[in-house]
Amino acid sequence: MSATIAVENVSKFFGGVRAVNDCSLTVEKGSITGLIGPNGAGKTTLFNTVAGFFKPTAGRITLDGRDITGLPPHRLFHLGLVRTFQIPHEFSRMTVLENLCVVPGGQTGESLMRSWLFWPRVKSEERTVRRRAEDTLSFLNLAHVRDELAGNLSGGQKKLLELGRVIMSGAKTILLDEPGAGVNRTLLADLSAHIRHLNRDRGYTFCIIEHDMDLIAELCDPVIVMAQGAVMTQGKMADVRRDPAVIEAYFGGGGAADT
Amino acid sequence: MAELATFLAYPVGLLTIAGIYAVMCLGLNVQWGFTGLFNAGIAGFFAVGAYTSAILTTAPHPDYLGGFGLPVAVGLVCAMATAGVVALGIGWLTLSLRSDYLAIATIGIAEILRLIVKNEDWLTNGPRGIPAIPRPFEWLPPFPAQVAYLALVAAIIAVIYIALERGLNSPWGRVMRAIRENEESARAAGKDIMRRRLEAFVLGSMIMGLGGALMAHSIKFIGPEATEPLIVTFLVWVMLIAGGSGNNRGAILGAVVIWAIWSMTELVTRQLPADWALRSAYLRVFLIGLALQIILQRASSGLLAEKPPKPIPLDEGEPKGRSRG
Repeated sequence: MSATIAVENVSKFFGGVRAVNDCSLTVEKGSITGLIGPNGAGKTTLFNTVAGFFKPTAGRITLDGRDITGLPPHRLFHLGLVRTFQIPHEFSRMTVLENLCVVPGGQTGESLMRSWLFWPRVKSEERTVRRRAEDTLSFLNLAHVRDELAGNLSGGQKKLLELGRVIMSGAKTILLDEPGAGVNRTLLADLSAHIRHLNRDRGYTFCIIEHDMDLIAELCDPVIVMAQGAVMTQGKMADVRRDPAVIEAYFGGGGAADT
Repeated sequence: MAELATFLAYPVGLLTIAGIYAVMCLGLNVQWGFTGLFNAGIAGFFAVGAYTSAILTTAPHPDYLGGFGLPVAVGLVCAMATAGVVALGIGWLTLSLRSDYLAIATIGIAEILRLIVKNEDWLTNGPRGIPAIPRPFEWLPPFPAQVAYLALVAAIIAVIYIALERGLNSPWGRVMRAIRENEESARAAGKDIMRRRLEAFVLGSMIMGLGGALMAHSIKFIGPEATEPLIVTFLVWVMLIAGGSGNNRGAILGAVVIWAIWSMTELVTRQLPADWALRSAYLRVFLIGLALQIILQRASSGLLAEKPPKPIPLDEGEPKGRSRG
């Protein structure tokens, strides 16, 4: 297997706070890599840095062997790397369908001049985009809320919508920031089934930050443990759980967490 | 006929000015309604447009730049172009700021523009302003000329409306609204936020500049008082919010309703004794605020709320009854 994302000695400091400190890790192509660690371990900061929202203070990041250090998010999007947010970031006063249709890049009609001049072409492209969006909606069981404003969805539906936008992006490398947070058990099962399906059948690579250890255990291999801005250890969930250092840092020393 | 003309002169004049405000309101709708940019410096772009067209179309004058005696159409186009260039420069500097800071920056810049207008005599004739600005259709008798100018304003509104509706219903409008709703998420969806914001800022400001030019040609005079933030920036904002931010028809309706209230109250306050009339200026602002309150209490998103465009039908263009493969 080859590395899709390679993080090499990356640091991100905010003033005196070393949120990410000389961190190195790789996400293998076709894997569902879990990223866990106690609060403040630097997971989300690392995500933001990889996804181009922050420029790293030091270090190098590559995507499929290409140096992407410091590239802005919209460039990374077109290189096939997208992220989702811990708190759903839907476009509230737009319909669910619009939330999906807005995502694909390079639409002719995204230029105002071209939508004035080449309306028929814009319309026929729009039909293609809409068909893809409808497919995505039925895949996620959201077709019945197609015309609802996204702001009116339940928390869980918003998470599904977030995943829908990822699918619409066409990107194959996805950073998911706590997809399970605030989602009920039933929906969580759906969500992890979708993630697994996208991984196995459509070749998506995932890197997931998650606090729900069951979800991580079920989906992720390998699991990377971060603490104090750097990688502490990595391996299969079963092994990681037994690592005394991890238990100390993460599970607060309580052996009971190791079930 | 003459009596009818006298009777109609007031509503025609009122609608003309309301229409010019509607132009500016459509410009603000591009910035705030579509894209969520808080431009508190409308008066600045209004002034740039008004003075550009005034300088280009008036007869030569020794005291200030120009005039160049060019046709009004040239003045209008150049007013848009100048406002666009100024907006490009300002946008470049300020659009990376978050919304509230953008508002502060644009207030400041509009004030700077107003002071330039007031003090750079060689350019704008300073506080004396630029008189004798030509008005199209002046070769007609007064009343038909007034009606013809109203028709011109209406035609310009129609063109802007159609162009903006197309934009709003296209993927362009969708991207703009996505940026308004959630900038981070739009960025994560691969959109170049800075460029898009600049686009909306420049386009909206060009339309505001056109509004300024239309006003200058309508009242045939432009001076620094005409660019007071109160009667430009404040009113245009109230119009858009009352009419329905994000809705182009709402922007037009809001302009007509608020301008009607504003100028009708002038009719009333003009009857008051001089001493009271002076104070009544503030009462009018209060009445406008009250009207806005009442409208927003009844309809929180304005008279005509924003509606997401209808999704494109998938089977369009295929005759009915045929299989949809």
